[in-house]
Amino acid sequence: MTTTNKDLKAVASKEYKYGWTTDVESETPEKGLNEDIVRWISEKKNEPAFLLNWRLKAFSYWKKLVSEDKTPKWANVKFPEIDYQNLYYYSAPKSKKQLDSLDQVDPEILAAYEKLGIPLEEQKHLAGVAVDAIFDSVSITTTFKKELSKHGIIFCSFSEAVQDHPELIKKYLGSVVPYTDNFFAALNAAVFSDGSFCFIPKGIRCPLELTTYFRINAAETGQFERTLIVAEDNSYVSYLEGCSAPMRDENQLHAAVVELVAMENAEIKYSTIQNWYPGDEKGKGGIYNFVTKRGICRGNNSKISWTQVETGSAITWKYPSVMLIGDDSVGEFYSVALTKGYQQADTGTKMIHLGRNTRSKIISKGISAGHGQNTYRGLVRVMPKAYKARNFTQCDSLLIGDKCGAHTAPYVEVRNNTAQLEHEAYTSKVDEEAMFYCNQRGISNEDAQSLIINGFCKEVFQKLPFEFAVEANRLIELNLEGTVG
Amino acid sequence: MSLLHIDNLHASVDGKNILKGVNLSIRRGEVHAIMGPNGSGKSTLAYLLAGKPGYKATQGSVLFEGHDLLTLSPEKRARMGMFLSFQHPVEIPGVRLDQFIRAGFNSLRQHRGEPELDPLKFDRVIKKNAGMVGLHQSMTKRFVNMDFSGGEKKKSELLQMSIMEPLLSILDEPDSGLDVDALRDVANCIKQLHTFENAVLLVTHYQRILNYVVPDQVHILVDGRIVRTGNKDLAHDVEADGYDKYE
Ligand SMILES: Nc1ncnc2c1ncn2[C@@H]1O[C@H](COP(=O)(O)OP(=O)(O)O)[C@@H](O)[C@H]1O
Ligand SMILES: [Mg+2]
Repeated sequence: MTTTNKDLKAVASKEYKYGWTTDVESETPEKGLNEDIVRWISEKKNEPAFLLNWRLKAFSYWKKLVSEDKTPKWANVKFPEIDYQNLYYYSAPKSKKQLDSLDQVDPEILAAYEKLGIPLEEQKHLAGVAVDAIFDSVSITTTFKKELSKHGIIFCSFSEAVQDHPELIKKYLGSVVPYTDNFFAALNAAVFSDGSFCFIPKGIRCPLELTTYFRINAAETGQFERTLIVAEDNSYVSYLEGCSAPMRDENQLHAAVVELVAMENAEIKYSTIQNWYPGDEKGKGGIYNFVTKRGICRGNNSKISWTQVETGSAITWKYPSVMLIGDDSVGEFYSVALTKGYQQADTGTKMIHLGRNTRSKIISKGISAGHGQNTYRGLVRVMPKAYKARNFTQCDSLLIGDKCGAHTAPYVEVRNNTAQLEHEAYTSKVDEEAMFYCNQRGISNEDAQSLIINGFCKEVFQKLPFEFAVEANRLIELNLEGTVG
Repeated sequence: MSLLHIDNLHASVDGKNILKGVNLSIRRGEVHAIMGPNGSGKSTLAYLLAGKPGYKATQGSVLFEGHDLLTLSPEKRARMGMFLSFQHPVEIPGVRLDQFIRAGFNSLRQHRGEPELDPLKFDRVIKKNAGMVGLHQSMTKRFVNMDFSGGEKKKSELLQMSIMEPLLSILDEPDSGLDVDALRDVANCIKQLHTFENAVLLVTHYQRILNYVVPDQVHILVDGRIVRTGNKDLAHDVEADGYDKYE
């Protein structure tokens, strides 16, 4: 007889492929967090006074939250309390001089990138993709900058932007996610080390997909990047971040903030492929991924779409959101979140409708295997002036095996009765019925599973830039390898 | 030699005995019909032959082209030329019907040592066959069985059968829920796909479809046993008298 039944239950977690550390000397202040560390970071980065002040205000706000014990507790995730005094808050590979070309980059670092499969050296392969690579906290190198600057596009590390375009930073920093937004946003504002900055001027369609790879390397280092993207009137940009982290026993904290601003008629497409170390098969280790991502559709007829494929991290806590202020503006959220082993994901989105005729669309696909727990948490809020706002929400879950879980928590608040909201949800199992149907047509278990999962994710993968759709597909298959057969 | 030879087959589902000694022999070129009341074990027999997990033979044997069928995985059985048209076809979100059929078709070809059919050639084949089974071509671009009407589901199964070209087609109630026109289309299609080289085991509740697809033998299955075997006239008798007489 067949063994489908048994195979479906034997959810083996695929060994993490990206677990190694690079032997580069790091420059790191003492463990722990206090005002001196905040000042040290700011000074180290030669920041203008406004930024130091902002960091200090954020820090004192964060301290207040800690003293009031206001760490977020509502998400459907469980983890031991984080000792914020037992982390390093800044880590930069020691390298004295500015780097102009790849030749000057530490070969160890390049080798690490190569293991990750980022073709920094072979950029021709990715022709059409500009890579801003973040190694721990400092941006090492930025390519294609010249090509972009021809169009007046600024794409650089956050630190560089602080030096070269302080007026833009001052204008937009914290304008979407103020440091008072939440616990981790406050923490990030106080100690953020680097990140990406992107500015698309009026009327420009960015000719390249912009890409940033993040990598956490140093042990016990919380990583706090900030990304800020501003698209002026009638502009367009597609931005992709990819992430991975080496294997570590300690859980590592990652608390990033991403802010997007879309002006009139502008469009920002933001895609994430997140494959951070999820912990071992017993649930030990792994990244805590607590991220605040938000976009503002400021201008009329503007559009922001978030697309995310989340396969990594021990815990993911993330709700990319859109504030729809401009009339006729559009917010979209497409998500695939996969949890296996003992991973926990609590993710979703918030769509806040403020302008007339604003529209939002939410497609969330949760896949759970092993003991994975997957929660969709979403909020659709329609404010009094948002006449004829529309939302479509679909959150689907796919279960593999019977020890995992899927949960949905959709919240709706409507304060304008011309709003139209639609909600769909289904939970399916990669069950014996579908597997048997495939088998009966001659399709093997392994092919059947990949067919079914692929189909389940299709609507989201289609939203990714082509190369990354292929990568996302491979990543999901890799993560579920050994689940069947 | 028989294409399918079932000898004293007993089978259980979830520990419950359903089939209680079935004997049946089918040769190439033949059409056999199985009729019986609801719950008599018709689908159980079909699933068991196709190798559905959870369906266990507790006694007896089944030979398919001389091979011991019961030890083979469902995909192996399919690759050997056994096809099951499901009474309730399964929905697969996000997977297009044509892609699904192509995946199965190519795995059959691979098994026979033939190269995969390229997507363009396959597209021509599927268009032609969709026309033959009376399924609108646009349906093949939809997700497998999602939002298909009852009739469309049955035609989709036949489309798959027409492409797989099986030796033995087990059709589990291909006529249920169809109106007169759709029934005639489906029946004609089955007739067209049946040749001297292959065989059809047609499970049905009603005699009507047998006016088109004329069976060589009709078997009445009641409570897990074949209680009567006859020619096409038996189907008329059953329809007139009901099954009670045979219990
Ligand atoms: N998965 C199952 N578990 C337990 N009993 C089942 C299962 N499937 C079918 N049965 C039972 O087996 C008997 C035969 O069912 P079935 O083969 O579907 O009959 P038919 O197709 O002739 O209507 C019925 O009594 C039915 O309730
Ligand atoms: Mg039945």
